[in-house]
Amino acid sequence: MHLAYPAVLAVLLFCTGLYGVLARRNAILVLMSVELMLNAVNLNLVAFDVWLRDTLHSGQALTLFTIAIAAAEIGIGLAIVLLVYRNRGSSDIDRLRDLAERPDGADADGTPQPDTQAEATA
Amino acid sequence: MTLAATAAGHGFLSPTGVEIAFLLVGIGTLGAAVITVTTRQLVHAALWLVVALGGVAVEYLLLTAEFIAWVQVLIYVGSVVVLLLFGLMLTKAPIGRSPDADSGNRWAALVVALAAAGALVWVVVDAFRATWISFDGPVQGSAEASGRSLFQYWVLPFEALSVLLLAALVGAIVLSRRGGEGRAPAAALPDAAARASAAPATAPREEQR
Amino acid sequence: MTLTTTAVLVPLLPFLGAVAGLLLGRRTPGFVRPLAVLPTLAAAGLTVAVAVGQGGGPATDVATRLTPTGSIPIDLALHIDGFAALIAVLVGVVATCVQIYSTGYLRDDPRYPSYAALVSLFTAAMLLVVYTGDLMVLLVGWEVMGICSYFLVGHYWETETARAASLKAFLVTKLGDVPFLFGIFALAADTGTFRITGILGSVVNRGLDHPTLIALLLLAGVAGKSAQFPLHTWLPDAMAGPTPVSALIHAATMVAAGIYVVARLLPVFAASAAALVVMAVIAAITMVGSGLAALAQDDIKRVLAYSTVGQLGYMLGALAVGDRGAAVFHLLAHGAFKALLFLGAGVIIHAAGTNSLAAMSRMSGLSRRIPDAYWTVTVALLALAAIPPFAGFFSKEAVLGAAEHAATGAAHGIPGAAGWTVLVSGLLTALLTAAYAARLWLLAFKGRGVEAPDLPQALNSVRAGETPSPQPVVMNAVLWVLFVPTVALGLSAPLLPEWFDGRSLAPTLTTSVVGTGIAVVGGLVTYATWRHTTALAARTPIGAVVVDPDAAPGLAEETAIATHAPVYGDNAGAADPADPGRLLLGPLHRHAAVGFHLDAVYSALFVRPVRAAATLVRFLDREVVDTYVRGAGTAPRWLGAAVRRAQTGNVQTYLGALLAGSLVLAIAAVLVATGTGA
Repeated sequence: MHLAYPAVLAVLLFCTGLYGVLARRNAILVLMSVELMLNAVNLNLVAFDVWLRDTLHSGQALTLFTIAIAAAEIGIGLAIVLLVYRNRGSSDIDRLRDLAERPDGADADGTPQPDTQAEATA
Repeated sequence: MTLAATAAGHGFLSPTGVEIAFLLVGIGTLGAAVITVTTRQLVHAALWLVVALGGVAVEYLLLTAEFIAWVQVLIYVGSVVVLLLFGLMLTKAPIGRSPDADSGNRWAALVVALAAAGALVWVVVDAFRATWISFDGPVQGSAEASGRSLFQYWVLPFEALSVLLLAALVGAIVLSRRGGEGRAPAAALPDAAARASAAPATAPREEQR
Repeated sequence: MTLTTTAVLVPLLPFLGAVAGLLLGRRTPGFVRPLAVLPTLAAAGLTVAVAVGQGGGPATDVATRLTPTGSIPIDLALHIDGFAALIAVLVGVVATCVQIYSTGYLRDDPRYPSYAALVSLFTAAMLLVVYTGDLMVLLVGWEVMGICSYFLVGHYWETETARAASLKAFLVTKLGDVPFLFGIFALAADTGTFRITGILGSVVNRGLDHPTLIALLLLAGVAGKSAQFPLHTWLPDAMAGPTPVSALIHAATMVAAGIYVVARLLPVFAASAAALVVMAVIAAITMVGSGLAALAQDDIKRVLAYSTVGQLGYMLGALAVGDRGAAVFHLLAHGAFKALLFLGAGVIIHAAGTNSLAAMSRMSGLSRRIPDAYWTVTVALLALAAIPPFAGFFSKEAVLGAAEHAATGAAHGIPGAAGWTVLVSGLLTALLTAAYAARLWLLAFKGRGVEAPDLPQALNSVRAGETPSPQPVVMNAVLWVLFVPTVALGLSAPLLPEWFDGRSLAPTLTTSVVGTGIAVVGGLVTYATWRHTTALAARTPIGAVVVDPDAAPGLAEETAIATHAPVYGDNAGAADPADPGRLLLGPLHRHAAVGFHLDAVYSALFVRPVRAAATLVRFLDREVVDTYVRGAGTAPRWLGAAVRRAQTGNVQTYLGALLAGSLVLAIAAVLVATGTGA
């Protein structure tokens, strides 16, 4: 089999995930897109491992590690998203703009910020 | 380039059966992925993600990496997507079509993604158009081969990974506790994905309380 | 001690005294007075020793070269001849008198230590100028004197008048010093040396290439330093300084430095007939103009200042007719009696509580209150008016005799026109001098009105009954010290030619009779006018004395200077209809009081263009240059504002930009690596 097939498929999957990360509003959808990107990388690892016939099977081992880390990441990521949702009532990441510099100190999009008390206690 | 030389006899216009299968599954996977990142129904996106991840698992099989393929099905399709669905539910994501699923910079994202795809495809095709993967000889990704190498050569990173998972578990619990009043969550589960799922799993209980 | 060692010590002692005074003055007030007086006194003694050792013999000329200094060498050279020795004695004696006088005059002044140190430094610089044989070293002393003059004129810097006067003195003398410097360079380039002996030898042997140009350049510096027309305007204003400073710097020594330099370099000037005529014309204008102006001044010190300008004109006139013996003789005599006049004026101002002649003329008994000043100043005024047998008569007749000598064509190489100019203007000035001397004497001492000692107390009735502060003894003692040369210096006229060029300085009969006669006429006319106007004086009260009678002399003078303009409307004149000068000058009085509007001319010619240029520069600076500066600040600010718009807080935007940037970098790297691009 030509190596180009899995390589190109990995590229396209990766770029699809990239688009998702950049374009999606909901944080959970962004996490999904991250999963797509990780899978594209995994596909690459497996394909090259098979092609090179690595005696250590490093490609497959790394794929397993990636999967495990992705699982941990999705757990932590969802925990953070839930925390944000609890505090803000929203999981839209383009409304999380507290780090933006506002010369007048006003809110960027005009939405009232939830009380910082909740953030502090959370 | 002995490996490259083996591809001399194989053209793109005379694909083998494996290639045809890979291509078809790949088109399906890519289509599912595109729908995942474009659909306006959030739950559908998660379901289409299942299709895409399953497609990738099939591709692993086609690449003779059977162990990886089953792990992919187990963890990704079995637990990660479930986790995501839980997350969608817990954040009260709308079930129907939500017109604001995409943020304002989707066109910029599209441009960046297309440019990245163009550049990477060009580079990859330019580099690997004559490279041939031979499936002759022993199966590269059988469970036996994977397990042997994993517990022979990669045992130390494997154990380090278990520590990482434990840390992730503890972190998820800490993040999910509400102001110290929540109970300690359920005990650790043996499966890595189950460990990770423990953190969100505590959330609904607290939500319902 | 050899003559050379002694001569080196002469400028060195006051210099060390000045350094020590500046260093120790603040911490050890007890040492200030000895440090001020003793080095100067020692230097005065040493100048006498040098003069005795030198005698009328051939000039002592020694030099040492510290280091090579480029094309034309600069030597630490001593050149002591009769002129230098005698002028150094004058400087030493007057400086000592002034230092002693100052201990009484400025006894309560908080800035006395720095004042005394500056006077010492000034004395050192003047002695350096007198003794040096190298033009560059002379220039050093010349400029040190200039800066000391600046500081000392501005001693009462709390008053606006003193601040303005010090700046004016500095700027005007610098205006002359720049051409002077160029003149020295031109002279050195022409003759190949800065040594005065070398220059004079070169002038005698092979002449100069551009004698007129060099002489006129040097003359500009001399006019600035010696207060000759048209650069004399700083001197009357410089009277805002303390009286001892006026006596030392602005009467006896520094202003004489210019005359001294011309006398030293007279062959250079004599090489150009045109320069001599210019000198004669300058001297004539200065003499007559200052005589007229002195007749109209109200401030007693300004009268004396204009008188100084006129007497310096005499000296320059003597040089213009080629007789430096007469010029230096007049310099010596004038230095003595003018120092006496100024120091006496200080006593008068303290006693009267005002520096206004108009106010003094309405005060009787001033002469009884300060008898020492009365008698010495009277004699000094007679000397100023050239009444025999006082010093001024002999020296002035020497000048007039030299002028007549030149006018009749008897002097070799001197244009007759110069002689006639000096002679006629000198005689006219003798008339004016006698007139303003008589006016000064009559107004100051023969005033009629309230008793002088009571007047200040009458106005300050709170303090009535207290005894007025006595005159410090040292101040009166110094007057009598200077009284001696004022009376007796003329008798040395037969001895002096041996020290000078050998030309006789004895008065000739014609000029003596004519000059003295004219002077007596001037005095008598003034007296008659005064008799006429004195009745008016009683009817028109004027001014007021605001000085505290118990104040120290220096403080009294400072107050008098500061209040003259508010009380009398002007620094120079007073609207006093009883002034005999007003009657004598007629319509000229108004112009003479303000120095014939020369300040206004300068204002129009220089001050206003410079101010306009400054305004232009300020405009360019504020509106043009600053625009760039502000633009340099504003552009980044706008840029920052533009960049800040990109800082939205939206993580996706950041990530998109980051990925796009890394993509561009990756493509560029690939292109470069494959050689497709670059």
